[in-house]
Amino acid sequence: MAAPTTTPPSQQGRGKHKATSSRSSRPPGAVREERAGWILTLPFLLLFLVFTAWPVVQSVFFSFTDIHNRDLRTPFAVNFVAFDQYTKAFADPQFQHAAFNTAYFVVVGVPLTMAIALAAAVVLNSGISKFRSVFRLGFYTPVITSIVAVAVVWRFLLNPESGLVNTVLAWVGIDGPNWLGSTTWAMPSLIAMATWRNFGTAMIIFLAGLQAVPIMLHEAAAIDGANAWQRFVNVTLPILRPTILFVSVTTAIGYLQFFEEPFVMTQGGPLDSTLSASMYTYQQFSFGNYGYAAALSYLIFVVIVIVTVVQFRFLSERED
Amino acid sequence: MTRETSFRSRWWLYLLLTIALIVVITPFVWMVLGSVKTNAELRQVPPTWLPEHPTLDNYTSLFSRLSFGRYFFNSTLVAVVVTASNLIFCSMVGYALVMLNFRGKKVIFGLIIGTLMIPGVVTFVPLFVLVANLGLVDTLPGLFLPFLVAPFGVFLMRQFIMSLPRDLVEAARIDGAGELAIFGRVILPLLGPAMATLGILTFLGSWNNFLWPLVVAQTENTYTLPVALALVSTGQNQTEYGLLMAGATVVVLPVLIVFLLFQKRFIQGIATTGMK
Repeated sequence: MAAPTTTPPSQQGRGKHKATSSRSSRPPGAVREERAGWILTLPFLLLFLVFTAWPVVQSVFFSFTDIHNRDLRTPFAVNFVAFDQYTKAFADPQFQHAAFNTAYFVVVGVPLTMAIALAAAVVLNSGISKFRSVFRLGFYTPVITSIVAVAVVWRFLLNPESGLVNTVLAWVGIDGPNWLGSTTWAMPSLIAMATWRNFGTAMIIFLAGLQAVPIMLHEAAAIDGANAWQRFVNVTLPILRPTILFVSVTTAIGYLQFFEEPFVMTQGGPLDSTLSASMYTYQQFSFGNYGYAAALSYLIFVVIVIVTVVQFRFLSERED
Repeated sequence: MTRETSFRSRWWLYLLLTIALIVVITPFVWMVLGSVKTNAELRQVPPTWLPEHPTLDNYTSLFSRLSFGRYFFNSTLVAVVVTASNLIFCSMVGYALVMLNFRGKKVIFGLIIGTLMIPGVVTFVPLFVLVANLGLVDTLPGLFLPFLVAPFGVFLMRQFIMSLPRDLVEAARIDGAGELAIFGRVILPLLGPAMATLGILTFLGSWNNFLWPLVVAQTENTYTLPVALALVSTGQNQTEYGLLMAGATVVVLPVLIVFLLFQKRFIQGIATTGMK
């Protein structure tokens, strides 16, 4: 994720100073710097090691054990079961179902979110100067809100009788379905809500990317007779490719973990049709199956890594 | 050829954007309007736009029947502690990584960047075991302790400090200032924009955080707002839409106000880091 903004580490500027000073035995400043460096880093490092790095390592260990919540006080005196939790996961029909639902959510949701975000960014970037900031602000508003709160609101909007969505549909003669109560429509409802909430982030990043497209290229293409669509496909999109890669990676990482939406809106139902992998992991955890939950969370992580690598391959290697 | 096309020839773009904007904003309008309607009116078919008998009953029962005051306090306390701690510790590390040479620096940096991408779902099981063994389940420290520092904060601070001129530090050294004094007196005052961005993003992340508080908060005393709202909305109160709309408003409104005040920083932060 750091790739687009990372510049070579700061050592380069230092190198010169070091070359002259480190030849003699340690200069007086170096000891001071050394001490200051550690004093400034230590508080962070302690908290980071205890609450981030250590749990990452321990979750690997847990995923190879049968740790259960009755073993809470003795997390190291548990049975080592090798890959049993993983083989169990692959054979677990409910997890397969949850994995399928998550894939559905990602495969439909990510392109949809990106397409709407890109369309909004392109329109905002094309000659709309008067109220650009108002629209940008408005489109971005859902991003900052709590998913739990908007999920509660959307549940109300999607209510089959007194909900706004079906009322509006009735105006044009459509008899709206029981959105969240239908195995067919529950997942599309969650995808619609996620798209509504998240496209603002992608839009802002696309807008920043579009600033980098030189107007001269567009003008040259226009002189050559390219219409607006041709210019978009042949000029804008190629220049935007790194941005598209970045947005698709970060959006996919977020969507692969989707949890709050089904938790609040459907509880994974009806008939597990919106049960996500993260939600199933949480359920197993709350049943006390810590080892199994750890293995499931690692599977999600592995999928995230694979999807990220594939996206990098697919979107960045077409450059000749 | 003029770059700026006239309003007239672009009217359909404005129309399109306006419709889109209405669609995006409607859920919030519906939420606020719903929060002052009675439950009977909310169940009416077809639904009403404006409340017929506006009432604040939903809000008062939020704070009297349920303890939303308590949850509000918890959310605020956790977000303030987490934000303050991230600002202090991450800026210290960012400075050390950019301007100071010390053994182990590369390893520390690699470790921090390496964990940047690991999602929360991976660590919450062992974190829970750890927090349980520290006896902190269902306590406020249990809620904020795991978030006091975040690799992302170091990354953001480091990026910003790299853009500051090194000569400032060298000059202060020649003047005889100690390294910690240089950080406190020379660098810290220049970190305003980075602090604002990191502060806003951290506060927001903490305010909206759900999975961890859901796991750790087990009784009313430690619920945060999103946890309380989720439990109310999936529990026995789930048909009291007025209560739920008022609850959602209480969760959303504070950040909406903060957002409108600092929206420039928000959007800059997103554009430069791509994180929410």
